[in-house]
Parts: sequence; C-alpha cells; structure tokens
Amino acid sequence: MDQPAPYVHWSFILISLPNLVLIGVMILLFVLALFAPFPGHRRSQRPGRRQP
Amino acid sequence: MTVPPDEASGTAPSGVDADDSGWTAAIRGRLERRLPLRELLPTRQPYYVGSWVYVFGVITLAALVWVVLSGVTLSVEGPQWWHVSREGRFVNGLHFWSVQLFFIFMVLHLWGQFWGAGWRDGRAGTWMVGVVIFAASIVTAFTGYLAQQNLDAQWIAVNAKDAVNSTGFGAFFDVTNFGQMYGLHVMLLPIGVTLLVVIHVVQVRLRGVVRPLGAPPPEEDDDVTAAKGGH
Repeated sequence: MDQPAPYVHWSFILISLPNLVLIGVMILLFVLALFAPFPGHRRSQRPGRRQP
Repeated sequence: MTVPPDEASGTAPSGVDADDSGWTAAIRGRLERRLPLRELLPTRQPYYVGSWVYVFGVITLAALVWVVLSGVTLSVEGPQWWHVSREGRFVNGLHFWSVQLFFIFMVLHLWGQFWGAGWRDGRAGTWMVGVVIFAASIVTAFTGYLAQQNLDAQWIAVNAKDAVNSTGFGAFFDVTNFGQMYGLHVMLLPIGVTLLVVIHVVQVRLRGVVRPLGAPPPEEDDDVTAAKGGH
C-alpha cells in the first residue's frame, strides 16, 4: 500500500492501474444494470402491448 | 382573506379556516398542491422504474448518509482519535470509503441520466441542480483531503496552491490555510451538498422519474408496486 501504483501509458493517456480498473468496473456495473433483470418487476403482458 | 360560509350549514368549508390568509397560508397551500405526501412517498412507480439503473441514485443517497454519519463522528472526536486509536482509524476508513462509493455511484447515476436524457419534459432544473451537487461534492472531497492533518494533506496543499492561485481564487480559497479548509469541509460544504441533495430529490418527486427514450407511457395496471415488490 505504501508503494506507488503502477501506471499504464498509452500515447497521451497516462493513468494509474487502480484508476483504470475502477473505470472498467464502473462500465461493467453500468452495462449489467442496463440488462440484468430487476427483482419484483411486475408487468402485465397483454397481447399487442409494446415493449419498451 | 374572508372565507364565505357554507350557505346550507352557515360554517366555513371543511379543511379551510376562516383566518387562512397571508403568506404562510399561501406557502402551505402551494406545498399541499404541489407536494402531497402521496407524491413524496409513493408506493407505486411506473413500470420503467423497474431497472437497476434507477438504483444508482438511491445508493448514492445511502453513501451520503454514511459520509455524514462518519464525518460527524470524526469531527466530534478529532484528529488524535482518527489517526491513533483503532476505532478512530476504522471510522476514518469508513468516511473515506463511503466517499468513494458516493462518487462511484453518483457518476453511474450521472451516466444513466445523461444517456437517458434525464432533463426532458421540464426536468432541466433537476439536471442542473445535479450538476451543481457534483461540482460541490468535488470541492468538498478536496477540502477533506486537505483536512486530514497528516503529511498527505500538506503535500496536496502545497502542490495545489499554485494551481488555485493561477485561477485568481487563492486569496479567497487558501489551500494552505488549514482552519479555512477544515471549516469549509465540516460545515459549509456538507450543509450545502445535503441541502442541494434534498432539493434534487424533491425535484425528482415533483415531476416523477423521466420516461426512458422510446418507452410507451405507463398504463394504470402497468405499475411496479414498490412497497410490496420485494426490492
């Protein structure tokens, strides 16, 4: 914990590995939130009803 | 304002006092019309609220509660306690990590609202207050790093002073002035952020959650029952 974090350097982008991992986890969480089924979500499925 | 008596009974209409006048009654009437408890604490939500995307804002609120609770404890006990004692270091860590969660979920909430164009249908004010909360939170967190009372705080202050001075605000916002930074961090900024968050939530309740792009309007039997839905 007392050591400097490793950095990723690509062209003009310079970012610490912990920050890069955090951004990746946030993007993953966001995508999961978009597609993961929501518990207790009740919808009536009448014929002809448009899905959102 | 004189309320005319009911012609049949000779009494004032129910729910209205004869002396209901002045700005107090006007504000009360306005609040009752625009913010009924049914809207402030709804038990049903439109079907499209049944999505994890809408949970990000609530987690941000929960994190803010932990930030405030741990921050109040730290301010009561003081730096000797939070640097040396086992309990103090735990609460210090709780404060730090709840702030991390607050920012992570605030940004996820921001993404959800940005890509969903959450400012539509008269919600521009809600979006703008959210933007101000985001900016104020960054300043609050920054003053928190400066208020740690350790070498890290001094290092950040000495490195930041030139950047702040270059903006012209150095005379008003002196990052090397611990008293000013600590006062801002434990008093003015948290009160401001909390107040803005309350306004933000009330704004959301006033107009409801924005309908996702392309989603059909909700129908009466199409709702999610939030209070009984198991979430």
